[in-house]
Amino acid sequence: MSANVSRRRFLGTSAATAGGLVVGFHIPFAGAAAMQGNVTPEINAWVVVKPDDTVVIRIARSEMGQGTLTGLAQLVAEELDCNWAKVTTEYPTPGENLARDRVWGNFSTGGSRGIRDSHEYVRKGGATARVMLVQAAADDWKVPASECTASESVITHAPSGRRTTYGKVAAAAGKVAPPKDVPLKNPKDWKIAGKRMARLDTADKVNGAQIYGMDLKLPGMLNAAIKACPVFGGKVASVDSDAAMKRNGVKRVVRVGDDAVAVVADTWWHAKTALDALSVEWDFGPNAKASTASFAEILKAGLDANDAVAGNSAGDVRAALASAPRRIEAVYSYPHQNHATMEVMNATARWTPERCEVWTPTQNGEAALAAVSEAAELPLSKCEVYKMLLGGGFGRRGATDWIRQAVVIARQFPGTPVKLLWTREEDMTHGRYHPVTHCKLTAGIDEKGTVTALHMRISGQSILAGVAPANIKDGKDPVVFQGLNPSGAEGTFGYAIPNLLIDHAMRNPHVPPGFWRGVNLNQNTVYLECFIDEVAHATGKDPLALRRALLANSPKQLAVLNAVADRVGWDKPARAGVHRGLAQTMGFGSYVAACAEVSVSDKGDLKIHRIVSATDSGHAVNPQQIEAQVEGSFSYGLSAALYGECTVKDGRIEQQNFDSYRVLRMDEMPAVETIVMPSGGFWGGVGEPTIAVAAPAVLNAIFAATGKRIRDLPLKNHSLAKA
Amino acid sequence: MASLNVNGKVHSFDAEPETPLLWVLREQIGLTGTKYGCGVAQCGACTVLIDGEPTRSCLRPVSTVQATQKVVTIEGLSANASHPLQKAWIALDVPQCGFCQSGMIMAAAALLTAKPAPTDADIDAAMTNICRCGTYNRVRAAIKAAAKGGDVKSAGLSIRHADGSTT
Repeated sequence: MSANVSRRRFLGTSAATAGGLVVGFHIPFAGAAAMQGNVTPEINAWVVVKPDDTVVIRIARSEMGQGTLTGLAQLVAEELDCNWAKVTTEYPTPGENLARDRVWGNFSTGGSRGIRDSHEYVRKGGATARVMLVQAAADDWKVPASECTASESVITHAPSGRRTTYGKVAAAAGKVAPPKDVPLKNPKDWKIAGKRMARLDTADKVNGAQIYGMDLKLPGMLNAAIKACPVFGGKVASVDSDAAMKRNGVKRVVRVGDDAVAVVADTWWHAKTALDALSVEWDFGPNAKASTASFAEILKAGLDANDAVAGNSAGDVRAALASAPRRIEAVYSYPHQNHATMEVMNATARWTPERCEVWTPTQNGEAALAAVSEAAELPLSKCEVYKMLLGGGFGRRGATDWIRQAVVIARQFPGTPVKLLWTREEDMTHGRYHPVTHCKLTAGIDEKGTVTALHMRISGQSILAGVAPANIKDGKDPVVFQGLNPSGAEGTFGYAIPNLLIDHAMRNPHVPPGFWRGVNLNQNTVYLECFIDEVAHATGKDPLALRRALLANSPKQLAVLNAVADRVGWDKPARAGVHRGLAQTMGFGSYVAACAEVSVSDKGDLKIHRIVSATDSGHAVNPQQIEAQVEGSFSYGLSAALYGECTVKDGRIEQQNFDSYRVLRMDEMPAVETIVMPSGGFWGGVGEPTIAVAAPAVLNAIFAATGKRIRDLPLKNHSLAKA
Repeated sequence: MASLNVNGKVHSFDAEPETPLLWVLREQIGLTGTKYGCGVAQCGACTVLIDGEPTRSCLRPVSTVQATQKVVTIEGLSANASHPLQKAWIALDVPQCGFCQSGMIMAAAALLTAKPAPTDADIDAAMTNICRCGTYNRVRAAIKAAAKGGDVKSAGLSIRHADGSTT
């Protein structure tokens, strides 16, 4: 991936300035062509072929470790039939996308959507370019294109034995009229997609050469450190800058909006230490007394409130529960958690009255551009965002709060780039946290032990209420019901229970929630899968057998569950001292299941030995990267299950750094066996769904080991010691 | 002006004595491969070698590093990423976002120097760096592969590389 450190105004000039031949294809977007003032060397928006046969594939989604850069390139290259060894990638900018009528579609990178939402148009981009290249060769040879074939960037006309390469015909191909409807390959014929290809972005990550947003250096650049009011909703009352201004290298103390103060200096270390020396008086505002305990009271009340909105219902759950000979009830809860990306939030901005440019790691280039435009008070056409590789995203970098801050600061230094870098403490205490919810589950059981009714009442935060209130219809935040929906890619509730009600009482404490890898599928799966386990034990059923019975009409859920059970050998006992727990769910378009094997010492020490998992994502574009995502998702999910908790006291987040916000380390990471079992016919995401099964599989295994049913996370708050 | 020996070269720099080595490396000397992750020596993203010892540079005052001591950062671990760990890292596609990997590799390099054939327990004890993407199992596999003279196929990942090789 080429670094976007000093990008040209338009991608199109890159091949030309690099000595490549300009492909004379007039792009059908007047804005871009007019602004550029000449032709563009691309075949189409997705593909540039240089004379040396190097293929540059444009990637609209953000790479943050999840491998989307490689996976999307595989899909384009597959249809292009190019030589994979000569593939490189680059990001178009959000500004270019806007100028070209969003030719690259959506830049937003979240919800495990990189491939599942764009597979069709990126493959068409590759296929269209292939047809144009072949046509160019056929025109040159004066033969029908139908007599020519393409493979590995070589075009062959078998009847005459003539051969040429993509690089040689690229210039002419750019002038070929793009075909309208190009058929796409049958996935069973894939040679590049579907294969265990190495990532395209590894080399620079092992020698220090990869430039992240934090590492950017521009000529004359200044550095900024920032402190926002510790209480969300509070403001700066007054600032005494005298001590800070006397320190080495300090240029200015800047008020940023009404809630933050920044110090700008020659180096970041100077800025940060001067910030520490700053005296700030805060007006903590209306939330200064809020605490985790006060949130819990609010959420608890929601469990029995009458203002809930249904997300899934069937039959008559109230009547069925009232008449059930036996009822089982349990209440669960899930805490606030920080994303804690390894690279803290940062952005570099350069503002003049005419133009504003920002370099930042973002999961949403277009939202970032809009934020820049607003904060810069300049039209979108006079702004640009250069996406830097992300040192982790996990949903945090879909927001734009730090980008706005960077622009506000840069406006104080017209023409001078200013890099804003948060401290870890700022990052920990000013996140967009995993939403908090509580859940009461009530099951009705008949005389035979069959589940006849289930009411699942969720009480708690709505992410959309904060970030996209327009998407809440009739009081319903659909994202709350991930994994619990009657149908659809965002999580189909697989269990057949005749009387069902899943509803949500929205309660929004002031700590802002955000999309946190796995989002609401995480806690919803803990609630449901642990409760199903409770029901199994309460009715004397095997947890696998109960799930199989309830999933009889959900063959894809059943298939991943069975795959896991077979691999782990569920019908045979684990080795002495080892206990197992199961979980399954469907979300982000994919079906997943896991079995955890744990042991718990008499003193309560937990060891998670192994997790066996299965993923059916429909198609599997890069199985070795799916395995990497599944392993990573378990690391993320187990960090959350074992330690992940941001508590609130006096309105502010208490955890400041990794010493108080512990995460999983190497010695705690279990062995992971990943079954990738694409059943075809659909496109599911793989970055997130398996997070959701990590915690419940482990919690159910802990119950099997100890008889202790943990209903609120994280585990660090519980003793597993023998009583 | 003070000076440091970094990656075999003497660099003069101008910083207050209490400035952490990390920020001298990043802001004065211009070596940004060493990362800021926490500033409190918890995450290990800032790990460098000082006379071979793995050191979390975010808390180490630069004035406590003698000009004669040899500092090695990820940029100086090898020429052309030829260190066995770097080769294993590439062969097994270890990095995801990659941000923590400089520190991971430097910690692993110190481990292999001290223990050329580390056990799992050795790896657990030495590798306390945080990775939020969750590359731990591939990190472990790559360290073992490097220790075994580069036997990357033993990891069983069957990764297809652009040069046609499979590891």
